[in-house]
Amino acid sequence: MSLLASPAARVSLAFVLVAVLCVPFADLGVTTLDPWTTLGQMASGLLTPSLTTVAAPVEAVAMTVAFALWGVVIAAAAGFALASVFHVVWVRGVCAFLRSIHELFWALIFLQIFGLHPLTGLLAISIPYAGIFAKVYSEILEETDAAASRWSPPGSSAMSVFLFARLPDAWPHIRQYTAYRTECALRSSAVLGFIGIPTLGYYLHSAFMQGLYSDAGGLLLLFFALIGLLRWWLKAYLLPVYLAGGLLLLFDGLPMATAGANFWRFITSDIVPAPLREGQFANFPAWLAELASQSIWPGVVNTLLLTQIALVGCGLLAMLLFPMVSRYLSGTLTRGGGHLLLVIFRSIPEYILAFIFLHAFGPSMLPAALALALHNGAIIAYLIGRHSNELVLRADRGRGLNPYAFELTPRLYGQFLAFLFYRWEIIFRETAIVGILGVQTLGFFVDNAMQALKFDQAFALILVTGFLNLGIDAVSRVIRRSLRLSRASDCGPVAAYRPNDGDEHKRSGSNMAVQHTAGANT
Amino acid sequence: MTPYRLRNASVGYDGHAVLRDVRIDIRPGERVGLIGRSGAGKSTLINFAYNAYPDDSALIPQALGLVDSLSALHNVYMGRLDKHSTVYNLLNLVRPCRRALGEIRALLEPLGLAEQLHRRAGELSGGQRQRVAVGRGLYRGARLLLADEPVSALDTCQARAVLDQLCDRYDTALIALHDIELAREYTQRLIGLFNGRVLFDRRTEAITATDLTDLYQR
Repeated sequence: MSLLASPAARVSLAFVLVAVLCVPFADLGVTTLDPWTTLGQMASGLLTPSLTTVAAPVEAVAMTVAFALWGVVIAAAAGFALASVFHVVWVRGVCAFLRSIHELFWALIFLQIFGLHPLTGLLAISIPYAGIFAKVYSEILEETDAAASRWSPPGSSAMSVFLFARLPDAWPHIRQYTAYRTECALRSSAVLGFIGIPTLGYYLHSAFMQGLYSDAGGLLLLFFALIGLLRWWLKAYLLPVYLAGGLLLLFDGLPMATAGANFWRFITSDIVPAPLREGQFANFPAWLAELASQSIWPGVVNTLLLTQIALVGCGLLAMLLFPMVSRYLSGTLTRGGGHLLLVIFRSIPEYILAFIFLHAFGPSMLPAALALALHNGAIIAYLIGRHSNELVLRADRGRGLNPYAFELTPRLYGQFLAFLFYRWEIIFRETAIVGILGVQTLGFFVDNAMQALKFDQAFALILVTGFLNLGIDAVSRVIRRSLRLSRASDCGPVAAYRPNDGDEHKRSGSNMAVQHTAGANT
Repeated sequence: MTPYRLRNASVGYDGHAVLRDVRIDIRPGERVGLIGRSGAGKSTLINFAYNAYPDDSALIPQALGLVDSLSALHNVYMGRLDKHSTVYNLLNLVRPCRRALGEIRALLEPLGLAEQLHRRAGELSGGQRQRVAVGRGLYRGARLLLADEPVSALDTCQARAVLDQLCDRYDTALIALHDIELAREYTQRLIGLFNGRVLFDRRTEAITATDLTDLYQR
């Protein structure tokens, strides 16, 4: 039987074909005169880091941490409460919707309501995260052994049964997942700086804009340190200290102005389509037609084009890069270098990576595609590489390309596809968002509408993005199911990105949290 | 007192053996043994009995149903979750009160688990886990004991100690056992299940070697 007869190979080829067909329609040109000089300057900036222009780097870091931690705390509490009623259909729907809209879109919305108040940043992180936590927590609770609660004495209070029979076994997974999400929140928090929240991203943005590459390099290294050293500074017993400090920092002298009135006006008037607001219902079709032709159509087409190209690029990179961290294919030295490379690309949020490339190559889809493929490819390569190290191969496996082609790839391919399809939705969400940087995806049109104070149009575009995201999630689920790439069993005992590496999870043999880790990153 | 009546035309759980035409009475003060080949329907019958009399029963399921990340002590405490308020349960989850600690230690010591009281269930060996589940069954303190292979992971000596404890506390019981010796020793009546049907149901001393050959070599 030919290899191409396998469903996994056919699906993969179909996706590659679609991406190839997308290329002619995507604007992938380089528009700056000398991109390599700029890239070289950036690289040398990274090698000669300084922090001269940042008035208070400590404060930038503290702000980033404060937004991330408080955002996660609020989201985890809300998500936990929602998880207990997650069996209700409309709760599921609302949560799916909340997480289908990117933090930056939420931030743009709240920026109109609260201005640069800390609430903008906090809500932007905690709303989508609450939707994610609700889903993952409820899955974790569902997957704990039900036997203990089924055989609890009849008549015990539901709360007692939950506390004794459900929570204890789920707790380590919940904790691990929440810790992992905290790392994501740090990235989100940094990215929020790009729209004016005073986190690391804010200073990074201004350093790049002024061409101060050494300062940008210093800030990036600071960010790597913050994420890389997470497991040493983020300790449960220090959390109250960070939270108290964060609260003081966030709400220090920032007035709450007229938020209530703003909020009401925003949801009852600003985001209502203009013809409806003004009572001229007859004009609504024209409003919609104009929005569709001017913004929705080009935005959707560009976003989908870029998503498919980035998805396939991400897959190719992952398959090319994973040998660098696999013990069967690389020596110690290569593996060290490989890990460093992958750590760098998976630590920088796609958005910041896209911003950097955009700076070098000029506005087109190329920098965004590169950024998305590199970031997500690095994550998957890392996961697959880790998994390959846990396989036990025969002694007569051969050398070089042979074990790659015959032993490892066939064994890892299902897992690879599972990870890739989990990330499809994430890549889409990020593709939409890099539009804010000037690439003509949906985010570009949202940002334009916001700046023109046409909040009704911006909101409609955000809704479209959210629903498309749900659609991609649904298609991805169908493909995963038909290829039987379903759930935990296929995602193997790889430990992704685990701040508390090697704790009890390896022993308990479960890989739920790992699967969630692979799936729900931002 | 009225006997516990188990009646059903046919019972089946997904993936479990189907029982046909069940007619079993368990009179108070009577310990009934349940024997038969694996897949004969012993577990199905025990579960059926539990679902018929959940409030009266102390169940020791074959799968044990322990919470791995809780201590042996907490797992035993769970046998009486219904006897206390949620707040009291929560306080005991955080730190077991002296009374519960004393009672449970007194239960687990004769089972040879004094040392394991504060160890997590997930860290215990198979035999220790089984005895924790027995401890929970003892702590429950209901009228009817429903035990599904409660000593399958123990050596004969330990098994006797455990069955002594169980019989000490429960004079009414339905116990599935694969060890015929032990079944004869600890029960007054034996039910032989074959393929979901009751092959015999007689006083233990009236069970003959032919009955057993019939049951196991049919």
